[in-house]
Amino acid sequence: MLKKYKKYFNFGFFLIFILLLIVSYNSSKRKPDSVGELITDLRWLNNFPKWLDVPFMVWINDGWRAFSAKYGLIFDAIGYGLLRSYSIIKNFLVDVPWPIIVFAVVLLTFYASGKKYGTTLFVGLCTFSIGFLNPRFWDKAIETTTIVFIGIVLCVIVGIPIGIAMARSPKVRNAILPILDLMQVIPAFCYLIPGIILFGLGAIPAIIGIFIYSCPPLIRLTDLGIRLVDKEILEAAESFGANKKQKLWGVQLPLALPNIMQGINQCTMMALAMVVVASMIGTRGLGDEVLLGLQQLNVGSSLEAGLAIVLLAIVFDRITQAYGERIQERTQPAKKKK
Amino acid sequence: MSKIEIKNIYKIFGTDPLSVLPMVQKGASKEQVLEETGHTVGLDNVSISIEEGETFVCMGLSGSGKSTLIRHINRLIDPTHGEVIVNGTNVLDFNENQLIDFRKNEMSMVFQRFGLFPHKTVIQNVAYGLEIQGMQLEKRNEIAMKQIEAVGLIGFENQYPSQLSGGMQQRVGLARALATNPGILLMDEAFSALDPLIRSDMQQQLIELQSELKKTIVFITHDLDESLRLGDHIGILNGGRLVQVGTPEQIIMNPADDYVEAFVKDVNRAKVLRAKTVMIKADQFNAKDLKLSDTYKVNESVYIEEFLPKVLSDRSTIVVVDNKGDTMGYITEKELAISLSKTAHQK
Repeated sequence: MLKKYKKYFNFGFFLIFILLLIVSYNSSKRKPDSVGELITDLRWLNNFPKWLDVPFMVWINDGWRAFSAKYGLIFDAIGYGLLRSYSIIKNFLVDVPWPIIVFAVVLLTFYASGKKYGTTLFVGLCTFSIGFLNPRFWDKAIETTTIVFIGIVLCVIVGIPIGIAMARSPKVRNAILPILDLMQVIPAFCYLIPGIILFGLGAIPAIIGIFIYSCPPLIRLTDLGIRLVDKEILEAAESFGANKKQKLWGVQLPLALPNIMQGINQCTMMALAMVVVASMIGTRGLGDEVLLGLQQLNVGSSLEAGLAIVLLAIVFDRITQAYGERIQERTQPAKKKK
Repeated sequence: MSKIEIKNIYKIFGTDPLSVLPMVQKGASKEQVLEETGHTVGLDNVSISIEEGETFVCMGLSGSGKSTLIRHINRLIDPTHGEVIVNGTNVLDFNENQLIDFRKNEMSMVFQRFGLFPHKTVIQNVAYGLEIQGMQLEKRNEIAMKQIEAVGLIGFENQYPSQLSGGMQQRVGLARALATNPGILLMDEAFSALDPLIRSDMQQQLIELQSELKKTIVFITHDLDESLRLGDHIGILNGGRLVQVGTPEQIIMNPADDYVEAFVKDVNRAKVLRAKTVMIKADQFNAKDLKLSDTYKVNESVYIEEFLPKVLSDRSTIVVVDNKGDTMGYITEKELAISLSKTAHQK
């Protein structure tokens, strides 16, 4: 049955291809005077001919203009919401005295890691060192953290449900996988620029950029984590009459949690990488410092800022990893003690 | 009426099973079907009826379709063709909600690799079925504790499964299955992953539990000794086909074909055959032989291994009696020799 349709699909694609050829020929300004010339004058086979040019750029720009005129208000609203939450969180964290923040991070690590003293001490030291490197970095690090945090919250809100949907239906997975590839492969500037047009300069396009760039690993790992849940355990839940919802919340999600935590960890790391790139579109934060050092050819200053980003990354990484490991200890068979 | 009735079940795995069905029904072999259509025949016209309160053991090597068969009973797998009737209703007619209710109340399952929830403690695992039924926490913990006690795991209720040994994990699996008090217990190679000593322990525990509870048990195994020990009836599957159904004695004494014969060849007969199976009936026995030696009374349902040493050491003749104490028949060295030799029954 499927094979029958496939033939039509292929035929359809072929038609579209021919159509594109004709459109590109017709819309080109550098086409030869008549079609007949193509046969008598074969020079167009030498270099790729100028008239063989699909006018994608024109289409996208037209579409984009119409799109932003029609739906601009929605994006304004989204941008405003994000900006408000960004400034509330940032202002709060900046106002809090720094020792309290260091203490809060230490406390968070202590409980997330299951009371491991080594990790806790290390993370505390790293947090302190960010300000220690250059006192100016402290507030910048808070700005960066806030942007990353909001980006990740967005990723979790959108990514995990999509991951679940992919794990449940192969059709959804086949539809989403190419989109994920696209999101990961397209250079960041390609979507940072439309971001600027929609949301203006500053933190918001950076958050959107983080979302596009770092959501795919979370989606993939959620999908993988759920599909990797032992089939027998699922059968056990089913054999006791668990419905879909009970299976998802009671069995699949808890067992996929180590993988999902790994996804959030990856998400965080990619978000931090993105923050530096986003400084090029005027996002403030630690990336801003790197850029400044670069523009002034000040190797020391940009390396210092780079180091601060690494420290921030270590803090994020340790906390999420430690929490992930703690969950994993329960779901994996205990290692034999020697 | 039978508790579980499986009627002419066919299960074919592949992209378009229904198109292959007629070919299988006409009697094409598994290899033929695979070669011509790329479909795998899981079950080929299997019909079984299982009575209430008995232990039915389904035996076969891996790939024989036994795990597929047991999953048809609670519809974890849907058949390509056929009927599964439990308690007089056709399970295949159920819609999703009915099926969920049916699984909640009628049966539970024990798995080869235990299928325990690693993120739940022992007591949460045992109470899982009750939780799904919507029972209050206190009440379900009370029932779960009783079950944990019944399988001898008191003191471990707050441990996680990964902290327990294999045997203990499977006891949790058993307790979990019994907690909902279902009429039917499905056991999919439940003891196959355990080492021999613990396996024999668990078999004993199951026999003891069963003598009290009288559940209908469907037990899957690839181990003939296990099936002979546990089963009231045994069904032997080979390549998706049911080759023989019978009591353990019937299978040992009259194997249906070479496949079953190869299976039973290495069985320790003394462990399987009971006194009543091998005795000579009282009226056919020459009483003169009796006077020559000592006599020793055994119950008719005792296994040979229990009185074999006695016969060998004092040369005594066994008098087989029933539960009331009446003499049913006799066993001498001659009968023992015939019943224990591997090929004697064929003559």
